[in-house]
Amino acid sequence: MRLPIACFPLLVPHYNKHTTIVPIGGVCLNLRKMDQVLDLHQEDFDVTVEPGVTPKGLNSYLRDTGLWFPVDPGADASLCGMAATSASGTNAVRYGTMRGNVLNLEVVLADGTVLHTAGKGRRPRKTSAGYNLTNLFVGSEGTLGIITKATLRLFGIPESMVSAVCSFPSVQSAVDSTVQILQAGVPIARIEFLDDVMINACNRFNNLSYAVTPTLFLEFHGSSKSMEEQVSITEEITWDNGGSDFAWSEDEETRGRLWKARHDAWYAALALRPGCKAYSTDVCVPISRLPQIIVETKEDLIRNNITGPIAGHVGDGNFHCLIVLDPNDPDEVQRVHSFTERLARRALAMDGTCTGEHGIGLGKRALLREEVGLLAIEVMQGLKATLDPKNLMNPGKVL
Amino acid sequence: CFAPFLCLRPPQIRVKPDRTGVVTDGVKHSMNPFCEIAVEEAVKLKEKKLVKEVVAVSCGPQQVQETIRTALAMGADRGIHVEVSGKDYETLGPLQVSKIFAALAKKEQADLIILGKQAIDDDCNQTGQMTAALLDWPQGTFASEVTLEADKLKVVREIDGGLETIKIKLPAVVTADLRLNTPRYATLPNIMKAKKKKIVNVKPADLGVDVSSRLEVLKVDEPPQRQSGVKVETVHDLVEKLKEAGRI
Repeated sequence: MRLPIACFPLLVPHYNKHTTIVPIGGVCLNLRKMDQVLDLHQEDFDVTVEPGVTPKGLNSYLRDTGLWFPVDPGADASLCGMAATSASGTNAVRYGTMRGNVLNLEVVLADGTVLHTAGKGRRPRKTSAGYNLTNLFVGSEGTLGIITKATLRLFGIPESMVSAVCSFPSVQSAVDSTVQILQAGVPIARIEFLDDVMINACNRFNNLSYAVTPTLFLEFHGSSKSMEEQVSITEEITWDNGGSDFAWSEDEETRGRLWKARHDAWYAALALRPGCKAYSTDVCVPISRLPQIIVETKEDLIRNNITGPIAGHVGDGNFHCLIVLDPNDPDEVQRVHSFTERLARRALAMDGTCTGEHGIGLGKRALLREEVGLLAIEVMQGLKATLDPKNLMNPGKVL
Repeated sequence: CFAPFLCLRPPQIRVKPDRTGVVTDGVKHSMNPFCEIAVEEAVKLKEKKLVKEVVAVSCGPQQVQETIRTALAMGADRGIHVEVSGKDYETLGPLQVSKIFAALAKKEQADLIILGKQAIDDDCNQTGQMTAALLDWPQGTFASEVTLEADKLKVVREIDGGLETIKIKLPAVVTADLRLNTPRYATLPNIMKAKKKKIVNVKPADLGVDVSSRLEVLKVDEPPQRQSGVKVETVHDLVEKLKEAGRI
């Protein structure tokens, strides 16, 4: 009997730590002990890692070189797992997601053969050789093969990092500022939106005292000289949009506290209703549609009496509602479920996607159909049938 | 101010077949973590304009120049590489290093020596203390907080019972403990700039120091291999087996 295979770590830890969901039973592979950093090429800005290496582990290994891998999903996840799920993070607006930062993969296919997607050992920064197999596997969520090595693009650690916070009178003004900051050509590294409910939760969880109103957390990377310019242009834009209390800091400790507050958002949301579970939505739209979708979404939350603080990577047009619900209340569960469907369809109607970062998995398969259309699904199914005819690899996911 | 040591960072430590030591060839070496903390503290003092110059010192073969460069990239002003290689390097221990540091401290007229409290490959925790003794300087070891107050140093020390605060006169020796600070990662532009900073080569003989060791390593053994467990059928069997093994 052939057992299906699911690979761990695969899903970016979100529900609980290190969960693989296997609907029909099978074998889960834990690749955590394959934890070597291989083949670092400093001058070429690339490195190859095995599945057990995480961003924190890699960056610690690299620290004498002045290089880092900036894709930061918040959890210290496996880099190969991040490739499998096309992970993103707060830095994506400046450094991109996994899609743009994987140069080559070693993948074990369903028949046991070992594939090097860009050719064994190859790591040019760009190529137009043949079909883009590397990016076929990035985001395939383990349904096409098991990633056992990833060659990643590295970046120089910037000379200076400055973080800033700014409060806004409305969602519209915060998002308008975001759009204008990007249009002004500021090479902003992080631009995160937190709505009033989220800020309130963060204040309570982390003992902070930000104004309870839509807020942007920002971070600038660059040379010391360019910091002043970036910060002042941004400050002016926020001011023009009615922003207030623009505060910035270069000090590492202050910056650390700021981003901890953002990364703790999940726990801060949970703390709003102890005893409840949290569920995160994830949609992404063109940036210009962001004000509209967030405003409509907030109205939907309020109308349906759902606790859903919002945090998002507004620089990418991507946001999450961290919904806190009582799983034992069937009415609430139903309301939340309907809400998330409406939200995904709202994003699709605005030329967006039903998932910016978290992937399709089980829950969004129907939405994937709506998003890409029947023909694209058929093409995907064809690829799956070619690479995994016996449907061993993480069956039931994505398609 | 001085600092860093090069230490072993192997994924898995292996004993050499002749049992004279551990395999170091081909193993990644990097700055001792406690020394990183020491360098960070020195650089912080300079950023606060409390000290004029930070000098990074390391003793060892050619490789240690990389470590000194990292310290320079973190913000040290110049480096001194005390060349010790081959057999001398294998037997280099805290006593010889502290003699070197003491000689350099006098030569450079240093006011403060900061080093990591211990190296993570040998866990000796002796160099700082020996250096202070040789120089007859006060010492603030296991520092988790250092404050400069005019010509004195207030040092909060991590001790078994908690924290001890002492005040010592400069010049002094301080050894860095874990909680003193979080070392910065050297940025790429700073690493590039650091290539232009000077590293001077010195031999121990130039400092009048004899690096021959008075210790001889007799043998190095791995810890005993973990034996696989034994399953037993009953509680009675368990008790018998434990008695047999002399455990109860």
